Amino acid sequence: MYTFLRDLDRRWIFLLMGIVATVPILAGWRFPEDPSPMVRDVFHAIEDLPDGSRIFMAYDYDPASQGELHPMALAFTRHCALKGHKLYFFTLWPQGGPLIQQNIRLIERNFPDYEYGEDYVNLGYRSGQEGPIKVIVTDLRKSVAVDVNGTSLSEIPMTRDIRNIQQMDLIVNVSAGYPGTKEWVLYASTPYNIETVAGCTGVSAPYLYPYYPEQLAGILGAIKAAAEYEYTLIEEYPQLKDDPTAQEALRRMGPQLVAHVTLIVLIIVGNTIYFVGRSRGDVT
Amino acid sequence: MKPQTLGWTLLMVVGGAFLIGRAVLTGAGTVYVQDVEIEVEIEDEAEEEAQVVTLQRVEQVPPNARSEPGVRLSYVHTFGLWVAAACTLGIFSFLWGDNPLYKVTEAIFVGSSAAYAMVVAFWSELVQNLCGNLLPDLMRETLIPGLKVEEPNLWYLVPLVMAIMLLWRLMPSGGWISRWPLAFFIGATAGFRMMGYLEADFTQQISNTIMPLIVTGADGSFQFWASLKNMTIVGSVLVCLTYFFFSVEHTGPVGWAARLGIWVLMITFGASFGYTVMGRIALLAGRLEFLFDDWLWLIDPLGRRLDM
Repeated sequence: MYTFLRDLDRRWIFLLMGIVATVPILAGWRFPEDPSPMVRDVFHAIEDLPDGSRIFMAYDYDPASQGELHPMALAFTRHCALKGHKLYFFTLWPQGGPLIQQNIRLIERNFPDYEYGEDYVNLGYRSGQEGPIKVIVTDLRKSVAVDVNGTSLSEIPMTRDIRNIQQMDLIVNVSAGYPGTKEWVLYASTPYNIETVAGCTGVSAPYLYPYYPEQLAGILGAIKAAAEYEYTLIEEYPQLKDDPTAQEALRRMGPQLVAHVTLIVLIIVGNTIYFVGRSRGDVT
Repeated sequence: MKPQTLGWTLLMVVGGAFLIGRAVLTGAGTVYVQDVEIEVEIEDEAEEEAQVVTLQRVEQVPPNARSEPGVRLSYVHTFGLWVAAACTLGIFSFLWGDNPLYKVTEAIFVGSSAAYAMVVAFWSELVQNLCGNLLPDLMRETLIPGLKVEEPNLWYLVPLVMAIMLLWRLMPSGGWISRWPLAFFIGATAGFRMMGYLEADFTQQISNTIMPLIVTGADGSFQFWASLKNMTIVGSVLVCLTYFFFSVEHTGPVGWAARLGIWVLMITFGASFGYTVMGRIALLAGRLEFLFDDWLWLIDPLGRRLDM
């Protein structure tokens, strides 16, 4: 048994992981969630604002991290629209534009009363990594003169009176890396005291937690926190209970749980093989 | 025939037969669309009232709406879906080992991403921002009809000149010219970053770590868990700092603290690894859901094929 496991081709492990991720998806397994205090803080940062508040939706991610971050972004957009907030979409990632468009499609389908220019606007992509943050925090038009359709901001009702993003009530950032949450904290939320919440990839979450709660009002770390956020949203807005599009992250937790349990078992087995091998003198 | 070749051939034949069966029997892998009319207001300065122009947008509809009027099968979208599925499988094939299919898929991904970023940057920065501010009249007549900039802004000559200097490195001689704008960018970026880090990552983080070690509630009662949390944070920061403090030899109490610091760092890396695994499985689940739902129609979590 020891020799068999020691010499096992790693491709069998890949196959096993593929199967354990596939079965819960095909079977539609779902598990209950227990929202953490940090997730509830994110929820309340949006929920407790007066209806119609200005929210700057900085969606800094691309298709490569769509599986992890898109459910979170959609949940943010849905929550803000349920509250009737004014949404200002913006991205520092070139491939973020089409993903913002998908968020706008969600608004168009589910919130027919929302009007472009009155309730939401797409400011599009700005190149220059963190440079645009540094500019728009003091002068929005210096970096963003027009929206994605080429309409001047002074002609759009909801941007007409906006001088800079310090006038926003909240920044919601979804971040896949650089530039992302860290840059928003460095150049906007900390120096100008703009309330900010963030959703980020699992890789970057541990490095952003030190900013909570002083510099970030809350953080959603990876798909698990997104699922908890969706759960909280459904708790507060029961009409979403029968809407499968509002439960994307919750659905993804089935494969997460089974794959994580498998991985823990594999780590234990791998370490056991290592120590057995060492005791037999197979490992130098 | 080698056993490996035989295995691959069998897999391809069985997989191909399954795909053809799904496509023929259930219609899997097809995309349906409909044309949606949208009205856009265009302001013309010569006219007093804005003109309303009707545009058509192609919108994807769920397969269970395929028999509704105006809905049609889109060969272009269907082809795109199959390409996306093939690319996903192509990337997955790397798990078996490096192979031509993976190489092609990877090259397509990198190439299309780079091209997309370049095109977006070209239109948003070079055309809209630079040319729109330097040559507003020309841009209004050619590429940006709705441009509102009236007078040229000559400040934009500065980035134009610096961009040309930066590209000078491609010339056979005078490559040193590109070092000047590069020096400016590096200096400016370093300055910006230093200010940001000093404020947000240095002073503010010190401030965040100054917290009460004994936490009491509003009624003066001792809060055990909150106190333990604060003590853990402060203690962990101190022992980690001790580990990176090399002016004193790591022996005795300092050595113990440094060793504890390593453990704290290891726990942090472990948490980071755990999160990374979560992220990767989320990406895998996302792609599998795409293959099983959009492509093969094996699952229907959004109810898009109900009553079919």
